[in-house]
Amino acid sequence: MAGPDEDVLSTALAWRRDGHRVALATVVETWGSSPRPRGSQLAVREDGLFLGSVSGGCVEAKVIETAQRLMHTGTPELLEFGVSHEEAWDVGLACGGSVRIFVETIE
Amino acid sequence: MRRAVLEAVVAAAKGKVPIVIVAALRSGSERAWSPGDDSLDPALRDAAARALATDDAFTVETSDGPVFLRPVNPPLRLFVVGAVHLAVPLASMAATLGYGVTLIDPRAAFARAERWPPGVDVRCAWPDEAFPALKLDARSAVVTLTHDPKIDDPALQAALGSRAFYIGALGSKKTHASRLRRLEAAGFQHANLARIHGPIGLAIGARSPGEIAVAILAQMTDVLRRAAVPPGGAAQGQDASTPGERIA
Repeated sequence: MAGPDEDVLSTALAWRRDGHRVALATVVETWGSSPRPRGSQLAVREDGLFLGSVSGGCVEAKVIETAQRLMHTGTPELLEFGVSHEEAWDVGLACGGSVRIFVETIE
Repeated sequence: MRRAVLEAVVAAAKGKVPIVIVAALRSGSERAWSPGDDSLDPALRDAAARALATDDAFTVETSDGPVFLRPVNPPLRLFVVGAVHLAVPLASMAATLGYGVTLIDPRAAFARAERWPPGVDVRCAWPDEAFPALKLDARSAVVTLTHDPKIDDPALQAALGSRAFYIGALGSKKTHASRLRRLEAAGFQHANLARIHGPIGLAIGARSPGEIAVAILAQMTDVLRRAAVPPGGAAQGQDASTPGERIA
């Protein structure tokens, strides 16, 4: 698991070193045909700039919104997305899979 | 995640040291683990070692709740023997795929650094001189492109003597047959020689250098990602339906 995913971690660290608030989202479980494998990561800066991915673009907006909220509370959250959710039409996975995503801040 | 943990992971990745992020999902507490570190619970240590070996992130259940293990392995490495025209798209596409690329060619005119994308390690050396120091391992791929037995054969011998996950040699079926005869005469067994993909690349009718690079990298990816999966089995991490395994 090298390459682009590691750029996400080093970029998250670089942002943090520059004094930004930074959150990290990680795919910790997948079911069915989900677009990104477990371990895929997305780093978010407080101004909304992000790098990496946790899906094919389907749930990123929701994850980034959650990440920005966490920057103020500091409490990590475990998000779950799947087609069975009520909000599926907005942020579900069109591919029919489900993902669980851990979102946390870099302290 | 504490910044110190992220610092440790990024430093390890930079230093090409394998490391695992160990995240307790219930408490949110995280640490990093590298092989040889005894300060982690033995069951978790075994699971973390497995995460590195399979290059797969997964969750294990413990008495303290689920723990997510995310391996950060050093980059895959691609060694290209023959700094020929085809090596240009091959090197840049492989870099995009996350490979650290090393080009080896004893011919100074081919090995000039100006010909190559930045970040590619270009070595003007004979393969038998260059390879011992490069320490090929199970995350290495070796591709020979010169068609010249003087240059390609020593590289293939080094690759066959290693655990390289992919070995490929450019050349026609006829070229490959005579290559196999030479290597057999040099003492290599049939089963080992069967590791060489020749003619190299998936049969997609590739013609231009860029297309041939795609055929080679597609075959390399196929071997890397599907070799360990039984026929009809799911690709790791894409269709896996087991939500974790219990170890404690």
